[in-house]
Amino acid sequence: MLQFILRRLLFIIPTFFVISFVTFIVIQLPPSDYAQTYVSGLLAQGDNIDAQATLKNLRDLYGIGEPAYVQYGKWMWGILTRGDFGMAFEYQQPVSFIIWERIEFTIVITLASLLVSWLIAFPVGIYSAVRQYSLGDYLSTFLAFIGISVPSFLMALVIMYILFKYFNITLGGLFSSQMEKAPWSLAKVVDFLQHTWLAILILGVSSTGGLIRTLRANLLDEMHKPYVITARAKGLPEWKVVIKYPLRLALNPFISGVGFTLPLLVNGSIIISVVMSLPLVGVMLLRSLQSQDMYLAGSLILITSLLTIIGVFLSDMLLAWVDPRIRYQ
Amino acid sequence: MEGPELLLEVKGLKTYFFLDEGTVKAVEGADFSLLRGGTLGIVGESGCGKTVTAYSITQLIESPGRIVEGQILFHRRLNGVEGSPATTEVVDLAKLRPGSRSICEIRGSEIAMVFQEPMTALSPVHTIGDQIMEVILLHRKVSKKEAREQTVEMLRHVGIPKSETRLDTYPFQLSGGMRQRAMIAMALMCRPSLLIADEPTTALDVTMQAQILELMKQLQREMGMAVILITHNLGVVAEVCEQVAVMYLGEVVEWADVEALFADPLHPYTQALLRSIPKLGQSKKGRLDPIKGMVPDPYNRPGGCPFHPRCAQMIAGRCDQERPPLVRRPDGRTVRCVLYADS
Amino acid sequence: MNTAGIIHQTAARTDTEAPIFVAPEWKLVWWKFRKHKVALISGIIIVFIYLVAALVEFLAPFSPTATNSKYLYAPPQPLQFDGGLFVSGYTSTVDKAALRRIFVVDPTQKIQVGFFVKGIPYKWFGVLPSDRHLFGPVDPTQPMYLLGADRLGRDLLSRLIYGTRISMSIGLIGVFFSLLLGIVLGGISGFYGGMVDTLIQRTIELVRSIPQIPLWMGLSAALTFSISPVQTYFAITVILSLLAWPDLARAVRGRFLSLRTEDFVMAARLDGASQWRIIFRHMLPAFYSHIIATLTLTIPSMILAETALSFLGLGLREPVVSWGVLLQDAQDIRSIATAPWLLIPTLAVVIAVLALNFFGDGLRDAADPYAR
Ligand SMILES: Nc1ncnc2c1ncn2[C@@H]1O[C@H](COP(=O)(O)OP(=O)(O)O)[C@@H](O)[C@H]1O
Ligand code: SF4
Ligand SMILES: [Mg+2]
Repeated sequence: MLQFILRRLLFIIPTFFVISFVTFIVIQLPPSDYAQTYVSGLLAQGDNIDAQATLKNLRDLYGIGEPAYVQYGKWMWGILTRGDFGMAFEYQQPVSFIIWERIEFTIVITLASLLVSWLIAFPVGIYSAVRQYSLGDYLSTFLAFIGISVPSFLMALVIMYILFKYFNITLGGLFSSQMEKAPWSLAKVVDFLQHTWLAILILGVSSTGGLIRTLRANLLDEMHKPYVITARAKGLPEWKVVIKYPLRLALNPFISGVGFTLPLLVNGSIIISVVMSLPLVGVMLLRSLQSQDMYLAGSLILITSLLTIIGVFLSDMLLAWVDPRIRYQ
Repeated sequence: MEGPELLLEVKGLKTYFFLDEGTVKAVEGADFSLLRGGTLGIVGESGCGKTVTAYSITQLIESPGRIVEGQILFHRRLNGVEGSPATTEVVDLAKLRPGSRSICEIRGSEIAMVFQEPMTALSPVHTIGDQIMEVILLHRKVSKKEAREQTVEMLRHVGIPKSETRLDTYPFQLSGGMRQRAMIAMALMCRPSLLIADEPTTALDVTMQAQILELMKQLQREMGMAVILITHNLGVVAEVCEQVAVMYLGEVVEWADVEALFADPLHPYTQALLRSIPKLGQSKKGRLDPIKGMVPDPYNRPGGCPFHPRCAQMIAGRCDQERPPLVRRPDGRTVRCVLYADS
Repeated sequence: MNTAGIIHQTAARTDTEAPIFVAPEWKLVWWKFRKHKVALISGIIIVFIYLVAALVEFLAPFSPTATNSKYLYAPPQPLQFDGGLFVSGYTSTVDKAALRRIFVVDPTQKIQVGFFVKGIPYKWFGVLPSDRHLFGPVDPTQPMYLLGADRLGRDLLSRLIYGTRISMSIGLIGVFFSLLLGIVLGGISGFYGGMVDTLIQRTIELVRSIPQIPLWMGLSAALTFSISPVQTYFAITVILSLLAWPDLARAVRGRFLSLRTEDFVMAARLDGASQWRIIFRHMLPAFYSHIIATLTLTIPSMILAETALSFLGLGLREPVVSWGVLLQDAQDIRSIATAPWLLIPTLAVVIAVLALNFFGDGLRDAADPYAR
């Protein structure tokens, strides 16, 4: 068990560096830089400035123009020693000042939608497997395929249109304006849910399809294993047999399925936040990429990736906890 | 007790699987009976329907399979007051709905089963203690603590050392022999009147086989239960059983006492089967006599006597036309072969 | 097969080996696949869609980039029939408050619609010049917007048809690249084993465990900043395949490992069949069906990814037309509310992806001999 945890933990560290490195390269790739984008923006607006001087000033200020590896080294050093992710140019503030709230809400919404997808996938998947080839099974299989095939942002677009057209509802933001600054309370939570339920629901539903398919397939596999016959031969009633044995075993891949559900959910939440104009990581990332706000974009990519990996790590731990075969290996 | 008492009678049992590709007549006429405390061996080549017969008895056949015909009469001893003579009730297990309450009450409590592969027959994510205790918690009114104590006791009884700690281990942490012992402990928890063991030693190595068989014999003596031992090994039958039913392509072709069968096999298939086992004292070079041909596939059972394509004594025009009748001999043995139909 | 046949065959075994009929692998797969009705129908739909993609110039009545300031956001005209096909014309009024034109379909104006009409000239597969289109207004100056017009008065139907080519081909080409990567890396992994295998496995695990959209966004933002549309197209394809290869590599490696030990390959070895014969006759066919199934299931995820990226404005850009580019116009609720038909490309995406998923799933089932 300890060995298992250590091995998984050790996997996270190189992963962190690989991702940070790739991220940094990616951010460095464009031929222009923020200073240039900024100055051309000013020039385009007709501001009368000394372009060269401003450029140089900006570049010196933010360390732009140093060799890439120096920049990377400085960036990493700042992150690891001070939790300093660099400057967000456009906001004129350190990255770490402006991202955490968005990241927290992104985590909340992602986890909530993970919960929703479980709540749906669980009963449907079990029903589908226990009543294989029934009408309900065909129906849920079909719906699962639709869930897999319709990306969340398209679903969101269509539903938002329907809500707007027929119910005159527009959703957007995380809170109503008077709740924005209020301290946390039950009312604020309710307000939060009122604003985000659709996003949570859509994200949940869109990753349910895959889960239903996995659960069904696993359960079907397990239902025909000899230990199920043993359980029946003991005299257990059928529902108890299913719950205690095959279902219990089919749960394992379900839990390890978090490994692919979580990245999917994070993907979804990024696009959906743009579509539904929720102030989450997605919108900020998009904006920062467009304006080449490199430290901000890089940090966002790095942190979301890292968080996902940690989530997957936690699901691995959960798996080891419920599956003795892993625990005792 | 006055005279031997019947425990189980199987009459004309037929179990089919209805598949898209056709109907598999896995059991096509099984007749035998078993005395209380007796030991019956069911032998036959792989695929002849032994397991399906065993599963039929406890209604474990899964869809698309179904018992289509026949009776499985189980003489249940109703729990009388201690000391007073017990009354019995006859239940036709074949009539019970699979998964119904009545069959669930009998399974595990009065008829218990041991399977071939202890590794796969035990859940890998539950401790063996959990899986064994469950039986007694289900059928008897006992507290968790008592159940645990009884389980420890039973595990010790079947020869698992340090049973208090073994209780909390998982099947994959035990050796094959230990796992099978645990299986047996599980089956015996409720002191069933019938234990069905489906090739309990096939998956084990030879020394382990002998130990497990020895254990089963000993436990049977102690507990007085009846045993149906399914095997494809005639040697095992000779060693352990009192009676034997020989199966071929879903039919019980011969049913007799072990001594009688070995001394005087009636059915040509039994004769061939006996010729094919090595005998003590036979020179190593002496060739075994394999039965000619292969077992046909169950979709296409030969008409008439199913054995006729391979039978040396086949009577053309008869064996391949009509199904041989079930002949009951004066000494109680039964055989399904036209050679004995006229006597 | 009948009983007598089996018995005779068995009897004959002793002297000469009876020939046993073995259906070739692809036939077995086909037989099983045929049973999946939904997958079969999906297959037909996919062929149809790719046909559309191939014949874009002929099928689309107009150019995808031709703007018309008279018909901004013109709503769809339903196709009607009165002995010949026609659509009704529009009358428009200007809404001073909203500062835009309001269109009303005017049943008194009839615009004849004909087949094989003359329109903008193009070249069949870039070679044969022609100006015939499958259908269109008989008088090319008349408006015909079967699916409505966008904010620049471009014909959505034509744009959708053109978008089919880009969206569907990006999936295909992307899959091809990632298959190359997957086969090379998965093959190396399965063939050599040991350290190399471990390294590649860890890499696969890594790529699979990070959310891809942020990286995609970063990559395409970086790559597509100042390059031409054609370069963008290839850049996007490469980016998509860069992150999609792990699934394929896993499939390749898995098949490799299991095939090495599979019974019939063993049997062929014992039989004395030469290595190459084993590989070509026995290993590859079993290999294909699986890989093709995985491939088919990768295409839709590529299409979706392209759609997402283009939708966000980080993928393909005007004047290139893909479904994702079309959906960019439907980004905010206000434009959808004015012109709901801008959502129509959603339908194209969903149908294509659904069909590909069903098809791939049926294929995978058929390719797996042990599937229930
Ligand atoms: N679930 C099932 N579906 C279809 N056929 C089955 C099933 N279980 C058993 N059979 C068929 O029934 C026949 C008897 O099987 P079985 O009783 O397992 O033989 P054995 O004597 O080796 O225990 C076999 O031909 C087998 O193919
Ligand atoms: S009935 Fe005929 S074929 Fe069958 S065993 Fe008897 S003699 Fe042989
Ligand atoms: Mg068996």
